[in-house]
Amino acid sequence: MGLEGYLLVSAMLFGIGAFGFMARRNAILMLISIELMFNAVNLSLVAFNAYLPPDANAGAVFALMIMAVAAAEVTVGLALVIAIIRTRQTAEVDQYSDLKE
Amino acid sequence: MVGAGIAVVTLRNIIHSAVAMMICFGSLAGMYALLGAPIVAAAQVLIYLGAISVLILFAIMLTQAGDANLPAPFHRQVPLAVVVALAIIGLIGWAVIQTDWGVAPQAVGAAVEAIALAIFTTYALPFEIISLLILVAIIGAIFLARRPEEDERAN
Repeated sequence: MGLEGYLLVSAMLFGIGAFGFMARRNAILMLISIELMFNAVNLSLVAFNAYLPPDANAGAVFALMIMAVAAAEVTVGLALVIAIIRTRQTAEVDQYSDLKE
Repeated sequence: MVGAGIAVVTLRNIIHSAVAMMICFGSLAGMYALLGAPIVAAAQVLIYLGAISVLILFAIMLTQAGDANLPAPFHRQVPLAVVVALAIIGLIGWAVIQTDWGVAPQAVGAAVEAIALAIFTTYALPFEIISLLILVAIIGAIFLARRPEEDERAN
């Protein structure tokens, strides 16, 4: 499996994540979908790093940093979601409609 | 792995989705190892499988009332979402196939020593910024997770 194979898998994973983010109603599952998209980008970065060598290791370093940022993001995101769920007693995002007329 | 990803977004029970997500992340770690980046694979296992999955499972179990009467998992705009996701996959796939990458035929591994050297010399400033970002995230999470009554008691 060459570079194209890895990139196609990455594209599929990103598309699945985007679908999950748009289609699911559960707030936690939307966060999981965001994680899937992060991982797709990571996979493509590492694949580029392995197959396009001019600046070796830049892709792997970027992937590690994206992991750290993703960990921070999911921490704050889950804290927000749990705070919202505690006040609204539901995890369904289409019931968060206070601002709607 | 793609199958596990599809299972993540389609399964009705959200705990099953989280377990499918762990399978997906684990196989991604295997792909990183195949690509000759063992340090990224190890970080994937530690951060995603070890930390983020457990965090998400905790959040699910804290918030799920029980298995009875699971609500419908999808919005009404599912067809639109399918179209947009397929468009994304198609566009990226088309671009990937059309481009002449001029690649090295063999995957070149990323040595651990070289990555460590790059992080602490070339990318030292982003590294420090990320540590600051994580500190901010920790403080923010603690602030958000405080219960209001504890606030009043503190006052």
